[in-house]
Amino acid sequence: MNKKKKIYLDHSATTPLDKEVLETMLPYFTDTFGNANSIHAFGSEAALAVDTARRKIAELLGAKPTEIYFTSGGTEADNWAIKGTACAKKDKGKHIIVSGIEHAAMMASCGQLEKQGFEVTYLPVSAAALVSPDDLKAALRDDTVLVSVMLANNEVGTIQPIKELAQIAHARGALFHTDAVQAVGSIPVNVNELGVDMLSLSAHKFYGPKGVGALYIKSGVKPEKFMIGGHQERTMRGGTTNVPCVVGMAKAMELAIMNLKKNAAYVASLRDRFVARVEKEIPFVHYNGDRVHRLPQNANFSFEFIEGESLLLNLDLVGIACSSGSACSSGSLDPSHVLLAMGIPHAVAHGSIRFTFGKDNTQEDVDYTVDKLKEIVEKLRVISPLFAEFKGGVHNV
Amino acid sequence: MYNERVIKEFSNPQNAGELKDANAVGQVGNATCGDIMKIFMKISDDGIIEDVSFQTFGCAAAIATSSVATSMIKGKTIDEALKITNAQVVEELGGLPAQKLHCSVLAEEAIKAAVHDYLTNYKASHKA
Repeated sequence: MNKKKKIYLDHSATTPLDKEVLETMLPYFTDTFGNANSIHAFGSEAALAVDTARRKIAELLGAKPTEIYFTSGGTEADNWAIKGTACAKKDKGKHIIVSGIEHAAMMASCGQLEKQGFEVTYLPVSAAALVSPDDLKAALRDDTVLVSVMLANNEVGTIQPIKELAQIAHARGALFHTDAVQAVGSIPVNVNELGVDMLSLSAHKFYGPKGVGALYIKSGVKPEKFMIGGHQERTMRGGTTNVPCVVGMAKAMELAIMNLKKNAAYVASLRDRFVARVEKEIPFVHYNGDRVHRLPQNANFSFEFIEGESLLLNLDLVGIACSSGSACSSGSLDPSHVLLAMGIPHAVAHGSIRFTFGKDNTQEDVDYTVDKLKEIVEKLRVISPLFAEFKGGVHNV
Repeated sequence: MYNERVIKEFSNPQNAGELKDANAVGQVGNATCGDIMKIFMKISDDGIIEDVSFQTFGCAAAIATSSVATSMIKGKTIDEALKITNAQVVEELGGLPAQKLHCSVLAEEAIKAAVHDYLTNYKASHKA
């Protein structure tokens, strides 16, 4: 018998910390432990490390160092961008536009703003999860202060035409933010080419540490301060700087971008092999998302007649870690808002699973996963009343 | 999230599949909510559940619940089966996460629906 397999196919949830990144971080926990705001030598050393990291990250994004603000991660960056802008611009207008497939950080912030009297328009998406520039044009108003559309979707990997959308928003005087948490390190991201005013990123999505991210804020754009009480981040985001994590984020980003072409091509080849085999060997599956405008690591399938959590747990029992497109496992009974926005029926959306590949996966991992997936889907369909109905000629899913 | 017993019942469910010679069928839930439970029973003339099976579309808790609920009523009378509560099903499983308790309610309802089907359809038409 083989040693128990463990295959990680959930890289959009998080990635393992790169060992080289860890090595870079370690001295900043113990030796160079100073508070970057202290004026003595201990502080200066830490401050130098933070400055170097900031310059590196800025350079990799095509930004200026003064435009990079460290945060605790993508969720904080998203919260800050939308709520900070809404608050700063409320005298100009109280209308915000977001896509209907944003991350929960954005959706929940919008809900909070609506309670405070802001008006939010949620843009529809196509069956492939693409936002239409025409829909954005139609939704913009004189009182629209901010548009936010994610660069790449976390569930189905669809990459949006951000450059075009940002131009449209600017033409009507609105600011543009993009959540690039899933994109940075997977596809080229340059703030000037995209033409955005704000951009969120998170280190642990590109083999960096958890608990650190950044918000790019273009010079001249002034959202309200997010955390007050310290002089950190040019007084915009108080709180003692997490020096080891900031250093780790810069190193991880440098490695991810240096190896981006090679890794993206490799990960896409695994994903493509996986998708081709699943579509050929398992009946009644739907590949969700856009086939072209898509993150290289992402595959998302709906398996008809079965529920995602059952599939997910069965895969876990044979050592395969992936993620349920259905929110059932998180305690909500509603399937993913992303899949529903794409027009996928509830019952099918409930049977959706996301597989996200990483640079350490192998072709053997892909083949083992497809083999197990076939067995498990078959086993769950045998006990599914929906499949029995379907075979009996009633297909109303 | 789930205890070992739930995982055991879910990964290796008992009484799964269609019961060909069933004379009672109860189905509850709907696909939109992500849970459908269908229970098949073969009930003798003196009201004993001689055989029982299930088909379930749903999460791990729904499948585990279907497995233990059908085992609990096998060989019981229909009166005894009707007295099974969702709390007893949960107890048998050694507990379920709070957000999954509705699955045990589905099991109780599916049993009741199957017995109701037997009494109103099968038994009524076989009286004479």
